[in-house]
Amino acid sequence: MTLIRLTPWDLVLAGALVLLLAALSARLKLAIERPLLVGVARMAVQLFLIGYVLKALFASNNPVWVALLAVVMLAVAGRETMARQRRRLTGPWGYALGTGALFVAAFSVALLALTVMLSPEPWYHPRYAIPLLGLMLGNTMTAVALGLNHLISEAAERREQIEQRLALGETYHEAMADIRRAAVHTGIIPVVNAMAAAGIVSLPGIMTGQILAGAPPVEAVKYQILIMLLIGASAGLGLVAAVWLAGRRLFDERHRLRLDRVT
Amino acid sequence: MPRLDVHALTFAAGAPGAQGQGPYDLTVEAGTCVGLAGPSGIGKTLFLKAIADLIPHHGDVRLDGIGHHEIPAPVWRRRVALLPATPTWWHDTVRGHFPAEPFPAGVTPADLGLAGDVLGWGVARLSAGERQRLGLLRLLAREPACLLLDEPTANLDARTARKVEAAVGRYVEKTGAPALWVAHDAAALMRVANRVVTLTPTGLVEGLIDPGPEEPA
Repeated sequence: MTLIRLTPWDLVLAGALVLLLAALSARLKLAIERPLLVGVARMAVQLFLIGYVLKALFASNNPVWVALLAVVMLAVAGRETMARQRRRLTGPWGYALGTGALFVAAFSVALLALTVMLSPEPWYHPRYAIPLLGLMLGNTMTAVALGLNHLISEAAERREQIEQRLALGETYHEAMADIRRAAVHTGIIPVVNAMAAAGIVSLPGIMTGQILAGAPPVEAVKYQILIMLLIGASAGLGLVAAVWLAGRRLFDERHRLRLDRVT
Repeated sequence: MPRLDVHALTFAAGAPGAQGQGPYDLTVEAGTCVGLAGPSGIGKTLFLKAIADLIPHHGDVRLDGIGHHEIPAPVWRRRVALLPATPTWWHDTVRGHFPAEPFPAGVTPADLGLAGDVLGWGVARLSAGERQRLGLLRLLAREPACLLLDEPTANLDARTARKVEAAVGRYVEKTGAPALWVAHDAAALMRVANRVVTLTPTGLVEGLIDPGPEEPA
């Protein structure tokens, strides 16, 4: 395998492109330069940090540190899930619900993949466990955030309709059926789109990375297919769990719409 | 024959955490209609929603002796049916909102001055008045044992309003369902109701209390 090493200059040059975009944004008053630059700075710092964390982690190979990093990743993903919702559940529910769904979906799928499919030695080897968990968490986070955002803002917007359906004797389950279905659709779209475009429009990230690192294309493809399937399972599972739980939480035991539980 | 009993009903006014209003006590005998009056924003709609168990509240509400917390909420609401002032529609066609047997109670579209083929219409073409009358028809299609009607004739001309009043009157008479009818129009209340009560923040007062000069809506 041949790995072409990047020099700092390569990164600076690529960064200059983004600076150019920021300048264009400022010139055209698009107002994306601030979020863009903050995003770039965050991305670079976070990735460098994780690079060194992983380096240390690979060297120690201690399961306690792997578990600790996994918990930190979960906590941050949970916070991000909450931050991406325009309206969300009040109190601890707002955080716990999304994070709980992320935990159940991403951790169970990653665990299954590590113990049964990839089976590195030991199974928690950070070289496999951390990137895999990151992929599961990242994609599931997007799906859960999109789904919850849709569910809760639609419930608030269509309050009269929901109350009308309840008034006609429907259960909360029936009264929310349309909104819940639409929320799941919204949440799963990025995953489905990525699958549909994979290989034709875009070469997905895992595969691209492995090919750039010198792996044989067909081996890279097999990894990519495995990862995409796992992502689909994890994102779908987390999404459905979160939408169902939140749909329940929007109502009380008397099937009353409780928008006072929403910010 | 069912009778609606409301005892010591209290609920938060408007926003959650706001000061509570009530207690309200009211009995609506079977087969009779009670008119509910009171200025805009006094809480008439919330009062109806509390009886239908759609908002948190305290107190005891019974139909035919059965308390609303003794049966599942959806069952209670099928029996104690609330017609909102502006019924909403979510399926594409009118028919989608009706059960397979659309007029079991004997009230037909013609009784409310609606076209005979109205069930086949798309909801997008319905006028405000048609929505309101179809809302009532949709409610009666579920054969409720008690009616809570929030301004059921607000969007209607005088002639059509009379038709709706007559149709509700016939349903109440035939099924013995107690009815609670909210309206701003004193003359309409006098026509449809056996008696009229006025809602105040602290309780119900017998009779129609003149709210004084008209308030801006």
